[in-house]
Amino acid sequence: MATYGIGRVVERSLAGRSRGGELSFRPVLFLIGLWFCLFFALLFLVVLVVTTFVDGAGRLDLRLFTEYPAAAPERAGARPAILGSLWVIGTTALMAVPLGIAAAVHLEEFADQKNWFNRIIEINVQNLAAIPSIVYGMLTLSALALLGVANKNMVWVGALALAMLILPVIIIATREALRAVPREIRQGSLALGATLLQTTLRNTLPAAIPGIATGTILALSRALGEAAPLLLLGGLVYLTFDPNGLASGYTTMPIQIFNWTGRPQDGFHELAAATSILLLVILVAMNAIAIIIRNRFQKRW
Amino acid sequence: MTVRERTNTVNTKSSIAGVAAAAAVAALLLAGCSSQPAPSSSSAPSEPASAALSGAVAADGSSTVGPLAEAAADQFRSIESGVQVTVGISGTGGGFKTFCAGETDISNASRPIKDEEAQTCADAGIEFTEIVIANDGLSVVVNPENDWAQCLTVEQLHTIWAPESEGVITNWNQVDPSFPDVPLTLYGAGTDSGTFDYFTGEINGEEGASRTDYSPTEDDNVTIQGVSGELGALGYFGLSYLEENPDVIKGVEIDGGDGCVFPTTETVQDGTYTPLGRPLFIYVANASYADKPQVKAFVDYWVENAVATAEAALYVPLTAEQITTAQEELASIG
Repeated sequence: MATYGIGRVVERSLAGRSRGGELSFRPVLFLIGLWFCLFFALLFLVVLVVTTFVDGAGRLDLRLFTEYPAAAPERAGARPAILGSLWVIGTTALMAVPLGIAAAVHLEEFADQKNWFNRIIEINVQNLAAIPSIVYGMLTLSALALLGVANKNMVWVGALALAMLILPVIIIATREALRAVPREIRQGSLALGATLLQTTLRNTLPAAIPGIATGTILALSRALGEAAPLLLLGGLVYLTFDPNGLASGYTTMPIQIFNWTGRPQDGFHELAAATSILLLVILVAMNAIAIIIRNRFQKRW
Repeated sequence: MTVRERTNTVNTKSSIAGVAAAAAVAALLLAGCSSQPAPSSSSAPSEPASAALSGAVAADGSSTVGPLAEAAADQFRSIESGVQVTVGISGTGGGFKTFCAGETDISNASRPIKDEEAQTCADAGIEFTEIVIANDGLSVVVNPENDWAQCLTVEQLHTIWAPESEGVITNWNQVDPSFPDVPLTLYGAGTDSGTFDYFTGEINGEEGASRTDYSPTEDDNVTIQGVSGELGALGYFGLSYLEENPDVIKGVEIDGGDGCVFPTTETVQDGTYTPLGRPLFIYVANASYADKPQVKAFVDYWVENAVATAEAALYVPLTAEQITTAQEELASIG
């Protein structure tokens, strides 16, 4: 969001210049200030990433993928955390993506947007996207307590919390993507006698897929980095088995990193840094895929 | 924006909503069905204890005791690889909540169970046995360049940390006139931690009573960095952090009324380091211990090897006497 804002200001001030308007003092000062902010934010990011790499590079070896957590840092690895993250994120995607897209299609294509009830839903979805993740953990916890589910350390429980966390983000991204499809496409289809459902499924939705995929991947990468709601739901820090189903106990990479960071031994800090690097690599890869999908498949009408 | 076709919407609107609702219900039902085989209940009670064991042991609770449980489980794995021990760190209070709901076999605690927590357990029909599994010492630390605070009395610590001292005691010479004119900066445990409850209870006489103008952190490494970087800094945390970082911070002797005692493994074990030495507990569900051979095997193993696990997790081990007491407690479960 912030980068868009800066981009727009730069664009405008450049446009102002090219239009022949004189370059007055205050916009330039503002621009310099903005660049300065960007520089500082970037500086902190670079320092964080570099120190993490320096700390963890020595421990980024095969043991990280093959070993289970252990009391001695030399023997410990993040195997169940890596697999657990995959299980939880996979399940989260299965829960949130179809539901999110369906909800967005309904709200955008079918629902009457002047109806007060739909408008309340719309406002709620917007607000839910900004709620801290721990709240979703608490919501899941109390919902399950009411339902009488005793053991909460299960893959599907964690996935449920994360699915609720990213559902609003997916809905908003999907609606944006649908809105970007020109109305002429819909009108053309409808004019040829297709029903609204046929139009949506065969024309509007396929045209919006690049945008939906991008938003969904970004939402999932947010879920991948979450620790707080899962810790609240009894995420484990020590387990010696691979997660093997929806009801299996699990841990995830952020939980494991959190646990190791709090230990006194330096070896665990290196391990935490190494796991952070792995998490960073996965996140960068996911974001890269999102960008590739956007650039490759995005249509300009 | 988007096209709204009045003619077609009525039917399709409801059908889409129906499909979405059905999908949501199906997802929930699926999820609900798979919730049955909880790890802690997948035991095989009929199995003889001598054979290779299987099944699960669920432990949750204090993040202070977590590393101990992890060390014990880690070593136990080498002799009983079929048993799946899991450890969570939802905090002492959080651990008791799940323990008294019958979800875990072992609850890790950095303090004894509170009366109301014991009542919750009793109401739920959960009987338990309390076992001291290791000793823990809190250490008060200062900057290595600090040459005046060799030994602090509990009263002096109270002067520094009391709620009334907030904004008032800001210089070392206010703590004791013989101390130099150096500003005092404080680092301590975050208010959710067992360490905070323990320290405030012993030093300020009431759990949770503390001045608030200090840097609170759940991450004790932050305290190490802060104290090592500032001459007038003072902080407190677990003894293991002091023993792991002897070069960058300096431990302070504590005078609990019987002279100055430096926090070490020996002084915590023999009880002379008071009042900041404490026992750490595990609470074992009697039913789990009696009915699940893997829980019995794990707890027995842990107590037997309490010294090794405590050393692996950087805590102060039990004395021989404490181990005997623990084993007697377990034997009484039957």
